[in-house]
Amino acid sequence: MKEQIANLEEKARQLRISIVRALHSSQSGHTGGSLSAIDMVTALYFHKMRHNPADPAWEGRDRFVLSKGHAAPALYAALADAGYFPKEDMMMLRRLGSHLQGHPDSKGTPGVEVCTGSLGQGLSMANGMALGLKADGKDNRVYAILGDGELQEGQVWEAAMAAAHYKLDNLCAMVDANNLQIDGEVEKVMNVAPITDKFSAFGWHVLDIDGHDMEAIVNALDAAETVKGKPTVIVARTVKGKGVSFFENKASYHGVPPSDEELPKALKCLGCTED
Amino acid sequence: MSKMIATRDAYGETLAELGAENKNVVALDADLSGSTKTGVFAKKFPERFFNMGIAEANMVGTAAGLAAVGKIPFLSTFAIFAAGRAWEQIRQSTAYPKANVKIVATHGGVTVGEDGGSHQSVEDIAIMRAIPNMTVIVPADGVETRGAIRAAAAMKGPVYVRLGRNKVPTIFPDDHRFEIGKGVEMVAGSDMTFVTTGLMTAQAMAAAESLKKDGISARVVHIGTIKPLDREIVLKAARETGAIVTAEEHSVIGGLGGAVSELLGENCPTPVKRIGINDRFGTSGKAEELLKYFGLTPEALVDAAKEILTRK
Ligand SMILES: Cc1ncc(C[n+]2csc(CCOP(=O)(O)OP(=O)(O)O)c2C)c(N)n1
Ligand SMILES: [Mg+2]
Repeated sequence: MKEQIANLEEKARQLRISIVRALHSSQSGHTGGSLSAIDMVTALYFHKMRHNPADPAWEGRDRFVLSKGHAAPALYAALADAGYFPKEDMMMLRRLGSHLQGHPDSKGTPGVEVCTGSLGQGLSMANGMALGLKADGKDNRVYAILGDGELQEGQVWEAAMAAAHYKLDNLCAMVDANNLQIDGEVEKVMNVAPITDKFSAFGWHVLDIDGHDMEAIVNALDAAETVKGKPTVIVARTVKGKGVSFFENKASYHGVPPSDEELPKALKCLGCTED
Repeated sequence: MSKMIATRDAYGETLAELGAENKNVVALDADLSGSTKTGVFAKKFPERFFNMGIAEANMVGTAAGLAAVGKIPFLSTFAIFAAGRAWEQIRQSTAYPKANVKIVATHGGVTVGEDGGSHQSVEDIAIMRAIPNMTVIVPADGVETRGAIRAAAAMKGPVYVRLGRNKVPTIFPDDHRFEIGKGVEMVAGSDMTFVTTGLMTAQAMAAAESLKKDGISARVVHIGTIKPLDREIVLKAARETGAIVTAEEHSVIGGLGGAVSELLGENCPTPVKRIGINDRFGTSGKAEELLKYFGLTPEALVDAAKEILTRK
């Protein structure tokens, strides 16, 4: 177990490097929210989910919905590393003609299940997947990652209500609770706290963890699988920009990529010296 | 050429001026105040600025409530989230009761750029135009934006103003007087007419200049107000030049091209070619690249003009 956690942590570090390089290459995109979500994405793709990069449409796969679609670089980094497409594609992020669109596009990118980017819609689609799979008597699981600012969308709560109503215990939502959105701190822009109580009141099983503690993430994902009769939400307390000290906890790096000057410094923070 | 300024920047400044002139002016945003430029107003009048969070439908309803108690609410977010996400709230809570709500949507069209198709609104003009009681304005530059925002504040009733993300050339003189429902002849011409809106008007002016070399006299009519449409200026252009090319940073379905085709089809059948996004979604890329990719350039307009002349 210890070794497995260490491996996942190392994988997350590599994926952070991939994210930072891709964002630098595109000179456009969402740095903070990609880095806050990547530990969760790593645990999903390299520990929890059953999936087959050689056959993205494999029926036995678990499903993942990046509801906070602007963190696409985190998803792409995981998919590339897993082998869904060549790692070099990362350097084509957001470019004209690239399959790596600014926000996840299931039409073009192998491994991407649905289109997201307009906030608040992903959990509904995850519900639909969970409902459909359950109806077929299948045991595939469905995962979704949402932003904490995203929770301000009313549709999220319509979906929360429906998931509990239909007892979607094959669904596990994760909230990237970094307490920042574009205009500032979530509690100052439009308070959504207490997140855990809200989901409890909606009938969900709730876990509250440190979203950068790989062991805690793994344990929570494993625990979610054992919950019966209700959906589980993992409220992951995170740091926006995690891993690069000068990006951390800064709303200003929400949608700003590393500059030429910042790239080597960012890579250094991630323990990567060669440029 | 002339000064380059993003229409959203002109909006931010004008809204702040209006705030100083009239204390009933209030502003709402949905976590994009830095991008939409309502942040300029928010800084000056924090007590009259309401950040509603990432909750556009609620923002529209709240604006309607503010209007119902006598405020003049300006609400902003990206075009896709205003017109798209909150369409029915706009219809039911603002247009149906004729509420005095001003929807100023930024980041319209494909020049949103790298964010890609999910964020590029190419249908908003069509779906806003389809709503009764709605006034729809698409300014071409910063000067016209200032006039449009002031006109929106001055009139009673719901207005949708569509602005862009990027800097665009200034094509109107500083003293230009914007009037809702009035088109403007930007370039005189007799062989054919470009009927254009938003940033495509500057492109059409460049195309008209280039067509002169080929001995083609192209008229350019700018339509700042898509609804109500200036019927007279379009019908006159059709009668006098006999061929129309419309151009907009929007789907060819239901926007300016749609409005002009409807008008001419019923009143003055004339060959029309619609330049715009051809019934497809946007994609990631740099704004300039995307204008080329989707054929929204002076060169594409020159080709369209030559083609339409063969159909006269
Ligand atoms: C419906 C909708 N409204 C607005 C936006 C623009 N937008 C993109 S990211 C973002 C802030 C997201 O904050 P949060 O959910 O907390 O994400 P994170 O902090 O993890 O980046 C906003 C407002 C959007 N993508 N979708
Ligand atoms: Mg957040």
